[in-house]
Amino acid sequence: MSQNDLHYVRTEMALPQPAPLRERGPVAWIRKNLFANPFDSVLTIIGMLIVAMILPPLIDWALIQAQWTGTDRTFCATVAQGGIQPEGWSGACWAFVNAKFGQFMVGRYPFDERWRVILVAIMFVALLVPLLMPRVPYKGLNAVLFLLVFPVVAGILLIGGVLGLSHVETPLWGGLLVTLTLSYVGIVVSLPLGILLALGRRSKMPVVKMLSVIFIETVRGVPLITVLFMASVMLPLFLPAGVSFDKFLRALIGVSLFASAYMAEVVRGGLQAIPKGQYEGADSLGLSYWQKTGLIVLPQALKLVIPGIVNTFIGLFKDTSLVYIISMFDLLGVVRQNFSDPAWASPQTPSSGLVFAALIFWMFCFGMSRYSIYMEHRLDTGHKR
Amino acid sequence: MATQDIPHDVGGGRASLLYDPKVRGIFFQILVVVALTAFVYWIIGNTVENLKRANIASGFAFLNGRAGFDVSDTLIAFDSDSTYKRALLVGLINTVVVAAAGIITASILGFLIGIGRLSNNWLIRKICTVYVELFRNIPPLLVIFFWYFGVLSVLPLPKESIELPFGSFLNSRGFYFPKLIWGEGSMLVPVALLLGIAMSWFVARQARQRQMATGATFPVFWTSLALIVGLPVLALVATGFPLSFNFPQKSTFNLTGGLQIKPEFLSLYLALSFYTAAFIAEIVRAGIRGVNKGQTEASSALGLRSGQALRLVVVPQAMRIVIPPLTSQFLNLTKNSSLAIAIGYPDLVAVGGTVLNQTGQAIEIVVIWMVVYLGLSLITSGFMNWFNAKMALVER
Repeated sequence: MSQNDLHYVRTEMALPQPAPLRERGPVAWIRKNLFANPFDSVLTIIGMLIVAMILPPLIDWALIQAQWTGTDRTFCATVAQGGIQPEGWSGACWAFVNAKFGQFMVGRYPFDERWRVILVAIMFVALLVPLLMPRVPYKGLNAVLFLLVFPVVAGILLIGGVLGLSHVETPLWGGLLVTLTLSYVGIVVSLPLGILLALGRRSKMPVVKMLSVIFIETVRGVPLITVLFMASVMLPLFLPAGVSFDKFLRALIGVSLFASAYMAEVVRGGLQAIPKGQYEGADSLGLSYWQKTGLIVLPQALKLVIPGIVNTFIGLFKDTSLVYIISMFDLLGVVRQNFSDPAWASPQTPSSGLVFAALIFWMFCFGMSRYSIYMEHRLDTGHKR
Repeated sequence: MATQDIPHDVGGGRASLLYDPKVRGIFFQILVVVALTAFVYWIIGNTVENLKRANIASGFAFLNGRAGFDVSDTLIAFDSDSTYKRALLVGLINTVVVAAAGIITASILGFLIGIGRLSNNWLIRKICTVYVELFRNIPPLLVIFFWYFGVLSVLPLPKESIELPFGSFLNSRGFYFPKLIWGEGSMLVPVALLLGIAMSWFVARQARQRQMATGATFPVFWTSLALIVGLPVLALVATGFPLSFNFPQKSTFNLTGGLQIKPEFLSLYLALSFYTAAFIAEIVRAGIRGVNKGQTEASSALGLRSGQALRLVVVPQAMRIVIPPLTSQFLNLTKNSSLAIAIGYPDLVAVGGTVLNQTGQAIEIVVIWMVVYLGLSLITSGFMNWFNAKMALVER
């Protein structure tokens, strides 16, 4: 057995060694992520140049050179332009945003009545936030309050004319108030309508199917502007003499119908992804069409298409800015309208106002997309590969 | 033998018609048709009455009337004496031009950024992510306004134009660049260009056949480039440079000569390209990531270099995933070009809006809009479907 004497079996594990010095630490990270090969190095240098070209001037414009306070345009214009700033000055005019903040939020809503808007905003947040947090109980009650009670209360508060509240006409509304109202109504109307249209498109009844297809494809084939034009110019023609719609309501109808066509296609994608066995299983259990749809098919289908639904919501939110073209003043419209205010017109006003509007739009849309990603992970039941 | 009576219906006692899905289906459809017909009848009745009261004659006869307005940016001859029909044609051409230019730029930019988001380079990846997240989450109208009011309208006046290379200028009235003037004998150049394109198509076909037969590859790209660029240059040299340039010249108040691109077009084009590029980038990224990693590994096992693997294995498969959503982005861009009206670029919707205000022919104008945009959508998606069928992998 002499040959066996040479064997060697190690009984304890070798201690873990730190990675070699050239594989760890910031230098290694930089080499791996920024200068892996000559082409990569060239890319990095180009990238650095781009950042250097954009970032410092942006910070300089938005923060360092910016004019934060002021009462009129002289604070945001150079001496040659009739202001107080030195020649060659270029900075954001946040004073303009500051002065117009109220208008950007609610438009020309009467100053003494603005508490009503604030109250509605508080109710909106108080009902929406618990609805979005999965851990908070009483979801059903919350949803009923948010989707059925809130619109009525908000409508009474915002429009007024009853309960001793003075009437505020919708042409006075503006700013973020209009943007959010249009989006809220558009979202609340377009989701059920879109589901109905999607079901209609997959219906076995030829007439229903054909009508759904015609509606969806026509609306999806034309720009929102033409739909809005149609709502604002053609709706009055369609109604009997004397009956007239509020312009705001017409825009609401246009936006909701437009979004529901897109929503229908998203939902249809989800419906098509449900295996046939689910439909057949529901049939064999003796469920009626609506039971089958409501209890078996839609819960699965809608879960699958959450990203698509939220994308449609984001699209709808962004598209509300188009009502500016039928001369209504949403957030972007009010900002645009204020460029021509002689008290504030200066070369820096447009970009400052637009950057502010962009920031608000961005926060809402980015928030929605992040929430949808979170929801997607939460509802993921592992069917995805 | 005890028999048991099993109660069962033999014919006769059929379930009530009320519960027959077929009958119910027919009933509902009839209901829908009746309701819709009644609704349409009501609408048409109201419309006819309203039009009569407003003294508007329906029909497309108004199209031959004198327009009476000027259009700031036209590619075909137009003045205020032209007809409404011609005005709408000008608008249509402008829509197509800005949409086509936007689609090309957005695709190139989108592909670069989409690939950039998958890069191994940390900095490039971050820059591309910031770009995508920024532009996806703001309205396109805001981007248009930003270019128009924030950038282009604060550029210096023509007197202090910014000088750019190749004798071009940038100022608040737009972008000026030298105009090519074709001299005598320069017809040879486009002919050479066409010849180059035809020859490179032929070379590509031959190369593909040879590769299929023998496996030997041929540098198609460089050969085509040489043919397409080289032949016209050769033609230029042979004819002794018959080209001359008309450079824009500074005068006291404006620039004269050269070609001018108006700020309206420029802001719309840039905004649409930048906005749509963010969406295309996401589509491209999803497409490339949708190709199984095993494909890349298998191609390197076969000895393909990474460039070859990308070109021959990954991209053809990614294209399958990319093309359908890409089509809908192209359609979105075309539809978003209607935002031109907000900055006064005379596209179809802007011109149509003017005509609508002048004549009150709301229904006709809206019908024209819908027909044109549906037509453009059909053409674009038809082309992309053809392209899709061509790119689709031949499967078993």
